[in-house]
Amino acid sequence: MPLVLNDEQTMLRDNARGFLSKNAGIAHLRQLRDSRDETGFSRKLWKDFVEMGWAGILIPQNYGGLGLGHVEAGVVMEELGRTLTPSPFLSTALIAASAITHAGNEKQKSHYLPKIAAGELIATLAIDETSKHRPENIALTATRSGAGYALKGAKTFVVDGHVADLLIVAARTSATPGETKGLTLFLIDSKTKGVNAERTPMVDTHNSARITFDNVTILADAVLGKIDEAWEALEGALNVGRAAIASELLGAGEEAFARTVRYLRERKQFGRLIGEFQALQHRAANLYCELELTRSVVLKALQTLDESFANAGAIVSIAKAKAGATATLAVQEAVQMHGGIGMTDEFDVGLFMKRVRVGQELFGDANFHADRLARLSHY
Amino acid sequence: MSDLETFRKDTKAWLEANCPAEMRQPPRSEDDTCWGGRRWKFQSDAQRVWLERMAEKGWTVPDWPREYGGGGLSRDQLKILRQEMRALGCRSPLDSFGIWMLGPALLKYGNEEQKHEHLPKIARGEIRWCQGYSEPGAGSDLASLQTRAEDKGDNFLVNGSKIWTSYADRADWIFCLVRTDPNSPKHSGISFLLFDMQSPGVSTKPITLISGASPFCETFFDDVLVPKHNLVGTLNKGWEIAKYLLTHERDMIGGMGSTSDSRSLGQSAAESVGLENGVLGDTVLRSQIASYEIDAAAFRLTMERAGDLAKVGQAHPAISSLLKYYGTELNKRRLELTMSAGGSDALEWEGEKSREGFTARAWLRSKANSIEGGTSEVQLNIIAKRILGLPGA
Ligand SMILES: Cc1cc2nc3c(=O)[nH]c(=O)nc-3n(C[C@H](O)[C@H](O)[C@H](O)COP(=O)(O)OP(=O)(O)OC[C@H]3O[C@@H](n4cnc5c(N)ncnc54)[C@H](O)[C@@H]3O)c2cc1C
Repeated sequence: MPLVLNDEQTMLRDNARGFLSKNAGIAHLRQLRDSRDETGFSRKLWKDFVEMGWAGILIPQNYGGLGLGHVEAGVVMEELGRTLTPSPFLSTALIAASAITHAGNEKQKSHYLPKIAAGELIATLAIDETSKHRPENIALTATRSGAGYALKGAKTFVVDGHVADLLIVAARTSATPGETKGLTLFLIDSKTKGVNAERTPMVDTHNSARITFDNVTILADAVLGKIDEAWEALEGALNVGRAAIASELLGAGEEAFARTVRYLRERKQFGRLIGEFQALQHRAANLYCELELTRSVVLKALQTLDESFANAGAIVSIAKAKAGATATLAVQEAVQMHGGIGMTDEFDVGLFMKRVRVGQELFGDANFHADRLARLSHY
Repeated sequence: MSDLETFRKDTKAWLEANCPAEMRQPPRSEDDTCWGGRRWKFQSDAQRVWLERMAEKGWTVPDWPREYGGGGLSRDQLKILRQEMRALGCRSPLDSFGIWMLGPALLKYGNEEQKHEHLPKIARGEIRWCQGYSEPGAGSDLASLQTRAEDKGDNFLVNGSKIWTSYADRADWIFCLVRTDPNSPKHSGISFLLFDMQSPGVSTKPITLISGASPFCETFFDDVLVPKHNLVGTLNKGWEIAKYLLTHERDMIGGMGSTSDSRSLGQSAAESVGLENGVLGDTVLRSQIASYEIDAAAFRLTMERAGDLAKVGQAHPAISSLLKYYGTELNKRRLELTMSAGGSDALEWEGEKSREGFTARAWLRSKANSIEGGTSEVQLNIIAKRILGLPGA
């Protein structure tokens, strides 16, 4: 498949860009932050997303979705990154919807997917337990109890965790932390007794929560996919999340870069535009190259998820690692090349730095993915 | 079956039937690749046969028009041919500056007579070309070149000297930038000339590189007569051709960043350094290699995307500067890591075991990648100015 967007995808990008720059954007993020908004995103904006079909972008048409692919999902994520828009698009429309579509049984799919597509359900994957992403180290236990299971443990860095109606929880049903076998996914109503979500406000003002499970008892039909063998489904959902975040990082990095280049053409010192200084020109040119490389590999990762979902692991890791590193460079250069004004809260580039730091960490940072790639390549 | 699928099937079958076994081994030295020319000595029968068969099909220059000795392939067909050649491990049948640089420039700027005269000989590997651009005083600032060509009626009279002229001592002809109007501003008095290296007054003096090889020369022109019909394009308008040719040179050099080595650097490091619990014994080297592999994969995909963008008319004209800059820096990184992984073995300079210092020499040679064809700094200048629109670059 050619590494360019087709006409429909280009149209989607243009529409998303137009819509978000008008209805979301940095002012929107600031407003949520400064009013200490309890939801952490705008329900009204989410309703608009639903109307445009975005909440069901990956959901098959027979479950009420648009049935589009990961490339389209990435196109929207990139625009969300460009505008730093908080929304449940990642947690609900992409990761949760994908997990249920791929691993769910018919009953689960027809129960949950139409609700997600209709914007009636916020759902999220609860995976990390330690401050670094180590999915095979899951220690939260689910033990057999009566007709179902009892869950004990805690999750952290759960995206939209304090507002989610449905939690997809990765739990250990056998084997020991460090092993990829013995894991099971559960679909848990967030209002179930013993579930406690505590919002953990983050540096970037996007939603994150710590969730404790205090002997939460659930019925056996809450199992999503195979018992003890959830690794593949979990990896699938994580890969969707990783590729999506890589797209968001690309969007955020490009926007920070575009603002920087604009500033280089505007700001004068020593009687010259600072963009005339070769020291800055070369750093900007190098960053441009890094962004172009990132665009190529992110698009390839999204295409691979569409064409060969089960074999996307390596390319997704490459994309996430590259996007994390490039976006990090982009925001660092943005702040540095803006000088003092770049350090002020009033000026926007700092907000890009904050979001990129979180995106870099989410679902594995560049180091995690470099290590994963090396393992996949046997060295 | 679609046309392209049929083409793939036929191509594969043809390559299997026609590519000699020996030509499916990776080249082990520079001479393993055929460069053609009047004085070329074939390494083996297989090398000769492979060139003849490919030239016969026009596949030494697969995308050139058939009337000039090319294969007339479309972009998609070319991609398939390359993929199938890579899959079988086929060597390139012919490498040359004629193919990479002069050919594309002649196709665009040459007159019919020049195209018919020179292109088929490039395609068949009969004439080997060298590039007379750089001079002692004109490197990055190429347009300040001083070699003069004076109008003498039917001929130009060329005087001056070039430097770093790769393979000047083995080349048959030269494409050469000369100053034809010393009074106009530096970019506008330059012309693009072709002439035979055996013309009276041409001499060369090889220069040895840090790799020990001697692939380039000082080249001197002492009252060389060049017939006027060997002027390409318009008099004093050679700079445009020179720049166009450079974009092709840059694509070619940048392409080195995407190696044809099917084994990953990590895997070969695993052999030399060893694994501990399934991971490379040197964990710092391991992370450097992994981050190299990530960039290398992203670069390969960027080469591919650049081709796809060109096809739909969306490629930025200065994209070759990106490919040149990133590809060559990447190749240097690869060879630094190869040296690290190889340890003291990689330092051996002579002897059978090291294949006469193959790794060390390749490492040293790679340092030229970011200099030849316009330095990395020059590429960054071009990106800053032409793509980012930064002032005063
Ligand atoms: C292996 C090899 C093969 C070659 N083959 C050929 C050939 O076949 N034909 C041919 O014509 N030439 C050939 N060259 C020459 C090559 O194109 C020149 O070496 C190159 O253009 C640089 O010119 P220079 O060596 O004069 O370096 P200089 O231009 O003197 O550069 C010295 C340093 O200054 C930097 N610099 C210069 N200008 C700027 C600027 N504006 N901004 C920032 N930094 C700057 C450069 O990047 C470099 O780091 C070859 C070179 C090599 C190494």
